[in-house]
Amino acid sequence: MTAQDPLIGVRDLTKTYVVGEVEVPALRGVSLSVCRGEFVALTGPSGSGKSTFMHLAGCLDRPTAGTYQLNGRDVSRLSKRELAAVRNREIGFVFQGFNLLSRTSALENVELPMLYGPPVPAKERRRRATAALEAVGLSARTDHHPNQLSGGQQQRVAIARALVNEPALLLADEPTGNLDSRTSIEVMGIFQRLNRERQITIVLVTHEPDIAEYAARIVAFRDGRIRLDNAVEQRRDAVEELHRFDAETQAA
Amino acid sequence: MSPLTTFAIAVAALRRNAMRTALTALGLIIGVAAVIVMVAIGNGARSSIEDQIRNAGTNVVTVSAGSNSFGPVRQGTGNTTTLMPADADAIAQQIAGVRYLSPGANTRQQVVAESANWNTQIQGAGADLPAIRTWSLEHGAFFTPQDVQLAAKVAVLGSVVRDHLFGADSDPTGESIRIKNQPFRVIGVLTKKGQAAFGPDQDDMVVVPYTTVQKKLLGITHLQNITLSTADGVPFERVSAQITDLLRARHQLSANQPDDFTVRSLEEMASVLTSTTTTMTWLLASIAAVSLLVGGIGIMNIMLVSVTERTREIGLRLSIGARDRDVLMQFLVEALVLSLAGGAIGVLAGCAASYGVSHIMQWPSLVTANAVLLSFGCAAAIGIFFGFYPARKAAALDPIEALRYE
Repeated sequence: MTAQDPLIGVRDLTKTYVVGEVEVPALRGVSLSVCRGEFVALTGPSGSGKSTFMHLAGCLDRPTAGTYQLNGRDVSRLSKRELAAVRNREIGFVFQGFNLLSRTSALENVELPMLYGPPVPAKERRRRATAALEAVGLSARTDHHPNQLSGGQQQRVAIARALVNEPALLLADEPTGNLDSRTSIEVMGIFQRLNRERQITIVLVTHEPDIAEYAARIVAFRDGRIRLDNAVEQRRDAVEELHRFDAETQAA
Repeated sequence: MSPLTTFAIAVAALRRNAMRTALTALGLIIGVAAVIVMVAIGNGARSSIEDQIRNAGTNVVTVSAGSNSFGPVRQGTGNTTTLMPADADAIAQQIAGVRYLSPGANTRQQVVAESANWNTQIQGAGADLPAIRTWSLEHGAFFTPQDVQLAAKVAVLGSVVRDHLFGADSDPTGESIRIKNQPFRVIGVLTKKGQAAFGPDQDDMVVVPYTTVQKKLLGITHLQNITLSTADGVPFERVSAQITDLLRARHQLSANQPDDFTVRSLEEMASVLTSTTTTMTWLLASIAAVSLLVGGIGIMNIMLVSVTERTREIGLRLSIGARDRDVLMQFLVEALVLSLAGGAIGVLAGCAASYGVSHIMQWPSLVTANAVLLSFGCAAAIGIFFGFYPARKAAALDPIEALRYE
């Protein structure tokens, strides 16, 4: 863990939902810093607060109390409109359910974030989207619609979409939840490669322990607090895991 | 986001669901087309009626003996004997703007020819009647001022009378008929004018000099009516007022006595009919407007379904940096594109249907720019109005909730 350049700096973050007249605390004071280039997995049972933390980190919601410094800027008190701009430029999202637009080509799906930022000429949009699809190994399928793509391919389109505005932070919410084992490893391989080659900071939410081990650091949540925050001692490497998986499948 | 991008996104979203888009637009297409067709039908009917009236002559003024005004004692028209030929002469000489004038005295009689007889209206008139009614003759000639002066026993037949007495399409000029046991010489046959838009069949009558009716048939000296036509551009109100003043003076009526005559014009009648058909047009158009409204509600319905169905899409758009305004605009523009496209197609369909109807009904085609602009404008307004609620609903979605929506 390098301390010199924190991308995410969170101090005493609290989030309380009001349901009717009952206050439900989801986060009870979380402090965490994630440095540029880190690959962090957030784990914990459901209701532990990891998803709430993820939403706050992704600027989809504002904290009840506490501060959040993203890329050196306090974003915890920004207006909805300003948060939208932060999401557009600084953050890329990858979801469990891919969330691609149906009946829309992979290329157009990837171009989407560029429509909501500063104006980009159509040609430049196309060039950047093509490059992003190349980075996830889908350059041959730019014209395919989501229903013509496998789950793994769809998730790769979603990753390309998250990358296309070159955000500082990639947030992945259960990205392998809808994928089979082998495809899960492939997708984790893409994350590892992007993290290694491009120094993209990745924060991954997962409840699968073996998926969490592809990250370099695991932060475990329970009851709205951080319970554990450890570096992964025996980190999995997706390339090796893929070889092992194929060997086992052949043996079986 | 630029308007063009918003437009492109909206069109892309509509194309993703082409069938639904088409069906939704259909509601509005039918609504807009219905408004245009209904207005066209109403206008067609009105102009057709106006044509008929113009055919009868809108510049024709009728002075009838007797008053239908609400005096203490109301006399029926026709029972008054104060309207005299001298009144007619006075009107012709003293009132500016009178072009043709024909004194009138009518009676209903049995008309007997050699082999047939027929009960019909005997219209006593002046020699100028054809000029007033813009009536031409199929055979022969109309009687002359001299015939009128001499109370000649000459008759011009309406085509219906001719058909009954002498057979269809025959030329009875020179034949003899008997009216009240007196022989009349047939000198002409009027061209067919057809059923009037109001009143009796204009072809079922015999025209003779009014003096002949007075002296030979009824034995009276007064007139029942005076028909006159005004020169173009002379306002009916002025002529009517002048005739009224003149006749009141001539009949020596004091200020508190009611008129013993009635002045009417076809123009007056025409305006009543025109306003009736205008009411009709509005009725038809408002029925059509209901279908336009239903089309709009259809759009709102589909947009609401669409917002619910695309909740995750909205969540995604919000997560990649769409502002609530962008989402609002996207759905609003979608509704607008839907309604404008529907409106444009509806205008085309409505014009085509109107031409079809006017062709079948033999009416002039009467798609008015007003109807087109109005219905198209309504379509656009409906798009904004009914699109706004679903769009606002979409924009108000919480990104986290929207992303989680199953």
